[in-house]
Amino acid sequence: MIESTTSTPRRGVPLWVQIIVWVSLLGLLVIVAVELDRSQQGQVGPGAKISNFSMPLFSGYDWNGQSQIQLSDFRGKVVMVNFWASWCKPCEQEAGNLEQAWQFYKDDGRVVFIGADYVDTEPEARAYLAKFGITFANGPDLGTRVSQLFRIKGVPETYFIDQQGVLQYAQIGPFSSVDEIKSIINPLLK
Amino acid sequence: MIMKIIFRISILTFIIAAFFTSIALAQQPVPTPSDDQVNHIAHQLYCPVCANTPLDVCPTDACRQWRDLIRQQLAQGWTEQQIKQYFVQQYGARVLAEPPETGINWLIYILPPAIILAGAFILFRALRMWTKPVSASTASGSNEDALKDEYVARLEEELKNRK
Repeated sequence: MIESTTSTPRRGVPLWVQIIVWVSLLGLLVIVAVELDRSQQGQVGPGAKISNFSMPLFSGYDWNGQSQIQLSDFRGKVVMVNFWASWCKPCEQEAGNLEQAWQFYKDDGRVVFIGADYVDTEPEARAYLAKFGITFANGPDLGTRVSQLFRIKGVPETYFIDQQGVLQYAQIGPFSSVDEIKSIINPLLK
Repeated sequence: MIMKIIFRISILTFIIAAFFTSIALAQQPVPTPSDDQVNHIAHQLYCPVCANTPLDVCPTDACRQWRDLIRQQLAQGWTEQQIKQYFVQQYGARVLAEPPETGINWLIYILPPAIILAGAFILFRALRMWTKPVSASTASGSNEDALKDEYVARLEEELKNRK
């Protein structure tokens, strides 16, 4: 009598529902894992090949009359990419040094300086450039595309790319002198 | 005749007055947007450099610059949508408090209701399963009672016969 009541057939969750649930959960875990991995990656390190990127330039801070540049335009040259912002106090420490270094290398023709203005407003950025007398190519990092490529963690950060497009040095934080900048670029020119 | 002249002059005066009034209205500067108007938009945006801080309550200099920018754009007659679009173009979609409904962002909008529905379904099934064994045990309990009663009755019968 009792057995007959307990042996009522149990209807489980249909197989297709189980498959959908498990596949969804797995997919979600994969997405979380990928995002976690990406967020924990540090900046791009020396030896990494830097993918080509393009960047608009502020008017008055163009490169040989070009209002838009691409990294591939500078193949065969040493490229310095400096991330800065007008609201960044440590950036002010190195601004003068960078300009002095640019004045030293600009006639050489083998070195290119690019300033990437990170999440900033243009009037303040222009005021900053004028205040420190900066003359090298500068433009906004629209949509933080370039900074995401280098996976920067803050500003200032400066990256030195060699003639083959390979990253050779990453400076996290401001430079303290012009000689410090020269000591990085000169070996790359040999 | 005089009435005609007066009528013409009054019409002319009205047209000239209307013309200059429209010019004056057109030249009126747009009033400076209030803090509330700025914060209404700033609340929908996040500081691009601070962690999880809405722009309207962010205390940094950078955020103050961005709020000033919103104020300027409002004064220039930009719409809320245009301002948000500008911020996305400049700083990326991560500045939006509500991610755009594109690509992988759809998961944010689909997953919570889907999880709630799935939870409700599982709960419904579980409740249904829990209620069945209870009725079964009640049934078996009544059977036991019936057996017991039968046993007691037989016992009493036998005791009666012994007497």
